[in-house]
Amino acid sequence: MAEGENKGLVLLDFWVSPFGQRCRIALAEKGVEYEYREENLRDKSPLLLKSNPVHKKIPVLIHDGKPVCESLIIVQYIDEAWPDRAPLLPADSYARAQARFWADLVDKKVHPPSAFHMYESGTKLWKLKGEAQEEAKKEFIEILKLLEGELGDKKYFGGDTFGLVDIALVPFTAWFYSYEACANLSAEKEAPKLVPWVKRCRERESVSKSLPDPLKVYEFVCFLKKLCSWHVNGHLCRPEYIVGGFRHGRLTSFVG
Amino acid sequence: MDPPSSLKLLGSWADSHTHRVQLALKLKGLEFEYQEEDVINPSPALLLHNPIYKKVPVFLHSDRPVVESVVILQYIDETWADNPIMPSDPFERADARFWCHFAEDKLAPAVGAVFSSGEGQKAAVDQVHDNLKLLERELRDGAFKGQRFFGGDKIGLLDIVLGCGSYWLAVFEEVMEVKLVDPGTFPVFHAWLKDFEEQNEVKETIPAIDKLLEYARGIRQMMLRLSNGTSTTVPATAGTTGAINVAVDGSSG
Repeated sequence: MAEGENKGLVLLDFWVSPFGQRCRIALAEKGVEYEYREENLRDKSPLLLKSNPVHKKIPVLIHDGKPVCESLIIVQYIDEAWPDRAPLLPADSYARAQARFWADLVDKKVHPPSAFHMYESGTKLWKLKGEAQEEAKKEFIEILKLLEGELGDKKYFGGDTFGLVDIALVPFTAWFYSYEACANLSAEKEAPKLVPWVKRCRERESVSKSLPDPLKVYEFVCFLKKLCSWHVNGHLCRPEYIVGGFRHGRLTSFVG
Repeated sequence: MDPPSSLKLLGSWADSHTHRVQLALKLKGLEFEYQEEDVINPSPALLLHNPIYKKVPVFLHSDRPVVESVVILQYIDETWADNPIMPSDPFERADARFWCHFAEDKLAPAVGAVFSSGEGQKAAVDQVHDNLKLLERELRDGAFKGQRFFGGDKIGLLDIVLGCGSYWLAVFEEVMEVKLVDPGTFPVFHAWLKDFEEQNEVKETIPAIDKLLEYARGIRQMMLRLSNGTSTTVPATAGTTGAINVAVDGSSG
């Protein structure tokens, strides 16, 4: 291992991952410096495989050589490791319980329809067609309305302070354009109260610097869609073997 | 000191997530009122306090609800600081949360799926073994090496989450006639589980094994009946696959 590699902060990530973005936002809120390492998901680094042997997934935050996995766990870790500034969870234990509940709900409910997980299970919104897609849309709209209700007239989900639930949800807003283009689902129309919240969040440097351009996300989705419909040797193309070819928002290589 | 009436738990006697909360409250020495819920017909109180998931357990502190068992456990730990169940070190806390999520997301659904039949069951049993191997490795060589419990010398969050649910392994071994926790293959996990189950607070929380066996057998019978398309009458006491999901996997809070 190279000298000094056991010290400091490294984030193993993938540019379009909303889960990785949560970690980037949290680190930026705390003003903590770290090394960002883009993973090729088609050819995962030995460090990633060693750091997350159970799931072999990004994001992974490695702090002085010790790995922390799973985005919401990473965000809470960041909050607890740097307790002296920009708290990401409220001080009151009941408010903390509410924050954890809603962040967990975002993971349980918003995550499945996300196009990013199309090559896992619930690809739904842009992979499905017809009745199945309509069902997925209905489900997604229900979640948006639920979140809209919880936000109410507050500045952020936790009140006046930007925190865990905002961090959990805001990366998915970069996918709203793709949901509209692929599934004719306008999140802005279905949950209009979220619109000013999105704007407010994007005004924070931590968010604007961490979230990708929605058009680049859409390009990525189109790329995956195209590959999804390719048949190779009579078998449907498995995009998880290909996604590594779309890095840093540009198509660099692909395999058939 | 909170009066007992200010703490209330809506739960179900065979639900492992309810047991988690009961155990945590016991470890903290907190008295509380318990209300048994019929998971098929939730009470108005349950629907009021958990409108999104409509499931047990629901913990009420001065009428303010907290739901989702791992959220409840952390709330209890942070509100009553004596006898902590979470470690204080941020990295150890992250590790505990990671394996709790693993227990809910991977292990529990695999254990629940053992109830299915044919090829599905074999796949589920293999999945349980794969998951137990990962835990065995962590106990033997990883973050929890040399510790009596996941929480150290005393029971902690991860012991509670894994332990309240792991008793189903023995129940399913008997009801489904499969081998899940072979002491030869998973010696450290097996030893941990036996030690956990011997703790007084745990013995006071987890129902007697014959009651759990009867419950599991009842559900198995009903599932077979439903899949054979015979009787559609659901015995009131036995519950449904929904109930077994409540009892075993992450479908409840």
